[in-house]
Amino acid sequence: MNNFNHYYDTETIRRVISVIVINEHNALSRIVGLFSARGYNIDSLTVAPIIGSEYSRMTIVTTGDKRVIDQIVKQLNKLIPVLKVNEHQNVIEKETVLIKIPIDQPLSDIDVIARAYNGHIQNVTDDAIVISATDEPSRIANFTNIMSKFKPLEVVRSGVVAMER
Amino acid sequence: MKITGAKMVIESLREERVDVVFGYPGGAIMNVYDEIYKQGFFQHILTRHEQAAIHAAEGYAKSTGKVGVAIVTSGPGFTNAVTGLADAYMDSIPLVVISGQVPTTIIGTDGFQEIDAVGISRPCTKHNYLVNDVKDLPRIIKEAFHIASTGRPGPVHIDIPKDVTADVGEFKYPKEVDLPTYKPTVNYNKRQLKKAMTAIAKSKKPLFYVGGGAILANCAYEIRELAELTNIPVVETLMARGVMGDDHKLLIGMLGMHGEFAANMAAHDTDCIISLGARFDDRVTGRLDEFAKKAKVVHIDIDPTSIAKLVHTNYPIVGDLKVTVEAMIETAKETEFNDYTNWVSLLRDYREKEPLRFNDSDSVIKPQWVIKRVGELLGENAIISTDVGQHQMWTAQFYPFSFPRQFNTSGGLGTMGFGLPAAMGVARGNKDKISINFTGDGSILMNIQELMTCVENKLPVINIILNNSYLGMVRQWQTLFYENRISQTDLSLQPDFKMLVEAFGGVGYRVKTKKEFEEALNDAIEKKKPAMIDVVVSRDEIVLPMVPNGHALNEMTLIGDNNE
Repeated sequence: MNNFNHYYDTETIRRVISVIVINEHNALSRIVGLFSARGYNIDSLTVAPIIGSEYSRMTIVTTGDKRVIDQIVKQLNKLIPVLKVNEHQNVIEKETVLIKIPIDQPLSDIDVIARAYNGHIQNVTDDAIVISATDEPSRIANFTNIMSKFKPLEVVRSGVVAMER
Repeated sequence: MKITGAKMVIESLREERVDVVFGYPGGAIMNVYDEIYKQGFFQHILTRHEQAAIHAAEGYAKSTGKVGVAIVTSGPGFTNAVTGLADAYMDSIPLVVISGQVPTTIIGTDGFQEIDAVGISRPCTKHNYLVNDVKDLPRIIKEAFHIASTGRPGPVHIDIPKDVTADVGEFKYPKEVDLPTYKPTVNYNKRQLKKAMTAIAKSKKPLFYVGGGAILANCAYEIRELAELTNIPVVETLMARGVMGDDHKLLIGMLGMHGEFAANMAAHDTDCIISLGARFDDRVTGRLDEFAKKAKVVHIDIDPTSIAKLVHTNYPIVGDLKVTVEAMIETAKETEFNDYTNWVSLLRDYREKEPLRFNDSDSVIKPQWVIKRVGELLGENAIISTDVGQHQMWTAQFYPFSFPRQFNTSGGLGTMGFGLPAAMGVARGNKDKISINFTGDGSILMNIQELMTCVENKLPVINIILNNSYLGMVRQWQTLFYENRISQTDLSLQPDFKMLVEAFGGVGYRVKTKKEFEEALNDAIEKKKPAMIDVVVSRDEIVLPMVPNGHALNEMTLIGDNNE
């Protein structure tokens, strides 16, 4: 039976992929272009140079069925500036969020909730406070949800970074 | 000794032993053209349109196996070349295309003839470069030739700003490429191949499914040997025509949308399909979940992304096809295979009962007759290019191809206008063969200006127009699937092709009978000049067999079903 529907799970899975790529001005556009041209999803993408080398590490969170994930890894590997692609199964994932909340909101409630999510008040001005939290992406999503009732002025999420355990 | 970037380009091409470049000058590339004027080791052929420069380089590359080179200017010069790049990308043809760019100081300011060329070429090239510094030029050109011609071949684009070609630097052409991130797999996995060979030997109805990769990897003759050794039948894709040679007993024919009955039935019934440099393209498989559905799949490909892209593969093998097939031959010599005699004779019976055929006529020329007749007259003395459409399918069906690289067509992208410039490239690269371009009355007008290039460079391309005054393939679909609403495909109003080619300085013929056609063809060959033979053919012929969209390979509309 060669029908994919019989062979591969068509169930959508979430995958964290890290890509080691040469630092060149075109590398990011090649990777993003590949995803858009072939219709793959990017849920989050973070890039930073790897200290002491000519490479950068990209961490991409994507979703798709097994066949699509398979193709993503192969297609990324095929790009000339890509050195290595890791498809992570067992990873520590972290994400940071910054939330700006008006000063007239109940500050003690906010502080308590923030602590529950490894968060802190980072800055206070006359009209707003900024809290930050770093945790697993799903917990950050929860935290952001809860905070939405305090009428946040701005929410900035960093995207995911990941490392094999 | 410091030299300019422009001279570095020329010296690098000399190091790569390039003997012909197709191109078109313009403002941003002028420094390079000045150096072209001063050098004497490669020929520059001035095409009359940048798209044609790329197609000509493709025809040259495809028919000779070398890397094709083209040079264009920035802006519109480059955008004209994009179709050619996309065409080469889809058919994996090794090219190095150099384009001019506005000076680095102007980049990003919407300067005259500025366009983000690397941004445009990224999805339609194997790799591309924007050169920022003259000292990188030799390394980049070396890498470009290496990347274009290794692994799965493809076009590489180099965009060079005008100030970079004017800058001076030390020139030292690297001997080796140093690309830690690019190492195409050459050697197959031995254990995997052993497993695959065991599975093939145990199968009852195995089938070699051969694609264009077999030609790119130069292993057509090894595949013939492997087939003979194992007595396994072979089907070819459009891009693989010529791999087996048409009189080979084990060739069951071309498969796919316009493939023949026997080949499509073979693919439908096989219990073990061995893909050699093919990629399960939608025009080959028909309805995917019905394709070879009883079969175990062995897929051998240099490009891992082709494997398990469309069908589940039981035995994926990544490696160079030639190396792998040679290993398969060695293994086959020590392996007991099942007896496939009945399977082969069944398929040969199919071929005899349901051959490719057409109802010939004496009152009007049938397009298929023209191709068949040229095949009888010229056979292996010609290299055939085509444009895209009905004539392309008939050429694939009725021309008796006998060796690899004899057939040169736009398969993946399906580019109308490919034929004439590609046939120029063929003529330039193969002086001992006749370069024939089968074309249609629609396609030929898409790059008709190249007749001037043919005349100027004495490239005796013979264009044979199968003129049915229709955009035939689209008209065929309108007839079959759109209740005969002939929307914008009637080309009854057309130029006098005979006068047109004569206006360019070539020789022209308009023929309406078989006798006239043969006389015209002989005359054109004798004159050794660029020629165009406008053949008035029957208007309503359609390409059969046909697997309609969304149908399985065994659900063909057959030739006998044609109510003529």
